[in-house]
Amino acid sequence: MRAPSQSDIAAGEVLLSVENVSLSFGGVRAIRDVSFDIRKGEIRAIIGPNGAGKTSMLNVINGFYTPQQGKITFKGATRNKMRPYDAARGGIARTFQNVALFRGMTALDNIMAGRTLRMHRGLFWQMLRFGPAMQEEVEHRRRAEEIIDFLHIEHIRKVQVGRLPYGLQKRVELARALAMEPELLLLDEPMAGMNLEEKEDMSRFILDVNQHYGTTIALIEHDMGVVMDLSDRVVVLDYGQKIADGTPDEVKSNQAVIDAYLGVAH
Amino acid sequence: MASHAPAEANTFPKLLVHNAQARGHKPALRHKDLGIWQTWTWVQVLDEVRAFAVGLAEIGVKRDDKIAIIGANKPRLYWAMCAAQSLGAVPVPLYADSVAEEMAFVLEHAEVTVAVTENQEQVDKIISVSDRLPRLKHVIYDEPRGLRDYDHSRLTWIDDVQQKGREKLADPAALAQWEKSVADGRGGDLAIILYTSGTTGRPKGVMLTQDNVLISARNGNLFDDLGEDEEVIAYLPLAWVGDHIFSYAQSYVAGFCVNCPESGETVVEDRREVGTTYAFAPPRIYENLLTLTMVRMEDAGTLKRRMFHFFIGFARKWGEKILNKEKVPLHARLIYWLGEILVYGPLKNRYGLSRVRVGYTAGEAIGPEIFRFYRALGINLKQLYGQTEASVYITAQPDGEIYADTVGKPNIDVEVKIDDSGEVLFKSPGVFVGYYKDPEKTAEAKTPDGWVRTGDAGFFDARTGHLKIIDRAKDVGHLTDGTLFAPKYIENKLKFYPNIKEAVAYGDKRDYVAVMLNIDLVAVGSWAERNNVVYASYQELAGHPLVYAMIEKHVDEVNRSLVEEGAMAGAQIKRFLILHKELDADDGELTRTQKVRRGFIAERYQPLVTALYDGSTEADISTEVTFEDGRKGVIAARVKIRDMTPVPYQKAAMEKAA
Repeated sequence: MRAPSQSDIAAGEVLLSVENVSLSFGGVRAIRDVSFDIRKGEIRAIIGPNGAGKTSMLNVINGFYTPQQGKITFKGATRNKMRPYDAARGGIARTFQNVALFRGMTALDNIMAGRTLRMHRGLFWQMLRFGPAMQEEVEHRRRAEEIIDFLHIEHIRKVQVGRLPYGLQKRVELARALAMEPELLLLDEPMAGMNLEEKEDMSRFILDVNQHYGTTIALIEHDMGVVMDLSDRVVVLDYGQKIADGTPDEVKSNQAVIDAYLGVAH
Repeated sequence: MASHAPAEANTFPKLLVHNAQARGHKPALRHKDLGIWQTWTWVQVLDEVRAFAVGLAEIGVKRDDKIAIIGANKPRLYWAMCAAQSLGAVPVPLYADSVAEEMAFVLEHAEVTVAVTENQEQVDKIISVSDRLPRLKHVIYDEPRGLRDYDHSRLTWIDDVQQKGREKLADPAALAQWEKSVADGRGGDLAIILYTSGTTGRPKGVMLTQDNVLISARNGNLFDDLGEDEEVIAYLPLAWVGDHIFSYAQSYVAGFCVNCPESGETVVEDRREVGTTYAFAPPRIYENLLTLTMVRMEDAGTLKRRMFHFFIGFARKWGEKILNKEKVPLHARLIYWLGEILVYGPLKNRYGLSRVRVGYTAGEAIGPEIFRFYRALGINLKQLYGQTEASVYITAQPDGEIYADTVGKPNIDVEVKIDDSGEVLFKSPGVFVGYYKDPEKTAEAKTPDGWVRTGDAGFFDARTGHLKIIDRAKDVGHLTDGTLFAPKYIENKLKFYPNIKEAVAYGDKRDYVAVMLNIDLVAVGSWAERNNVVYASYQELAGHPLVYAMIEKHVDEVNRSLVEEGAMAGAQIKRFLILHKELDADDGELTRTQKVRRGFIAERYQPLVTALYDGSTEADISTEVTFEDGRKGVIAARVKIRDMTPVPYQKAAMEKAA
């Protein structure tokens, strides 16, 4: 696999597109008629002020929420709503704003859990741990170890996740998502609550994942420096509406975006 | 057990060929990769090194070229050294954590033509300074990750170099040529240039020949009866002479197996899995292990904690006697045996030191309490005194003659003498050729009749016949009233306390002794948690009044122990302060081997040093710090200074002792 260049992305094939999606919770209209696409191989950022509907958007993409209106096209198949397991089977993995790991399990077990969908033998065989099931287990463990090596978390392999510092938990969560070998990786605030050094490490990892595995990435992030450095294209939401879409430079100079972030005099 | 290589195998490549013949199927090297230990036998290592060497020759490496080796302890970086040596080229290992600027100096000074690096991080550093390195023709890397899109005109993956070598080796003439190149190696050939981190000024390149390194390694093996069945773990910087001798030279000479850990953070775990039999570490590592244990025990349940403290107390009383095979009453042996099952055994297992036959601490003086702690557990920890200029070995403690405050007897073939000023000089087969391109400094260090000045002040202890090192010769000074002042002696006493990470003492040509301290964030942080002390940063914790109170107690205890010992009673600490930031090698405050650079610190913290002596109770300071990526920032703080009540002592007693 080769990392796609800037021009590849511009011309690139659309991996997922969201068309005219609206989502409301009772009277609250979280997303209003938003359309955008994610192209194969790019890092796509979704930004916006608090309550702009970013996480809701991510939840719509991976099927956690069902939009009242609109269509989602993923890998050529169009549907009105995505269901979480369709999303997972189809190759969408995600991490959460508040780390959602199995806290009592080790980092390794968490990562192995991410491989569940890739395992073919049933529960019975897996309990036997014998013959083909064992072989399969070994193969999955090897993949898990590759990811551990990739994210430099060898030293916490056998540590209970609940005992790890926050920055490392985030990394384990990314590892688990990677274990699914996703085509599209959704990252909900991967750097939230991290210090400068941890942010730099995480940025490095995100770029490496994109480059090494060729994974398409959609991420929500508040740190503008990180967003501008990492992403190929940025979509900006405000009050559930799309107010801008383009390269980091275009978005940075967009008046609507500046207003949304700094506020305007009424 | 010790079957030694024949004398004609007088270079690393010849030893490799010899080992492949004599013990070809024994493990030579292991590396934990993807969670599994991968093993290479001597035959396999020979195959890898040969392919690597021929590949290097293909890209233009010739006799006398300098090859930089930059990275952590990875198998292929060790192979790179031997591959270079087999071509008559000279490896120059660099400290992997150096910033690009420091690397540029060494690469330039050593006239390096090819750099073998571990990963993208190191490649990036070299690229950032490559415009200053016109001689550097090629960069080779071990880990391809992240490097795919780099310009590969001067960048090659090790696999590709080896592939080139293997293709070439299909031709028998190429094999014969390599074998001839190995046979052409002489004992007097330059084997390696090791840049010493240097407590002062720019690093100096110590040139060592094959004979220097290998004869020293052989003597080291004889001294401790090390054979082909030892297991060591290679985790210290490749550029440090200790690693070069312990995990490269001694392994090639004796044929034992070297284990490369998975990453820097997994060393303790990996050591436990391997069960090393021969271990070495600077005192800092032992200190950290002990601090961590003590912190963890504070958090343990009451039963465990009581059990721990009871048996450790017991071991401190009897453990060393048992280890030294002295006469010990039966009941003590029984309780010690129980302790071994309940506490010592599990603890040693945690440390990965269960199977250790010989353990060394070197590089700096170790706190006697720390030293005794490990010996009390039954670990044969010994002290060694060495230098890069000596290919490590100057003195070492023979089994059964262990003292916490000596560094042992001269090693095999080593002569040691003390000159009139108290400086230690030595002569040995390991004596270096000179500093690379620096005859002036060489002449300063080597006397015309072949003695080398160590720069350390010391004396032979009358009772034990062992060498004792007090301090760097140039650092030993006097207070204005004439009292002897050995800064390191005081600093080491302070650093014994787990809460104190670093200490810098001043007093030469001053009226009294004053110190600047660094707290240990792990130990003090855990203490803060238990005592409901809230803090947001290192700086805040360091300035906390309760922390000051706690540290004051430690300083007072040090003063008391100085008074008890007599000679240094006048060198009590009068004033101290706790620094607002950790001393760091990246800021030049510590050397890469983590020794404090007292002079540099005095300049950098000039306002604080002034305040220590002008009686003020606090002082403002702002310092520039360098982040890991080379960017700079400024930390400003107001630091408090604490006065100590002097411990009374009798002048007469002091004079008698002196």
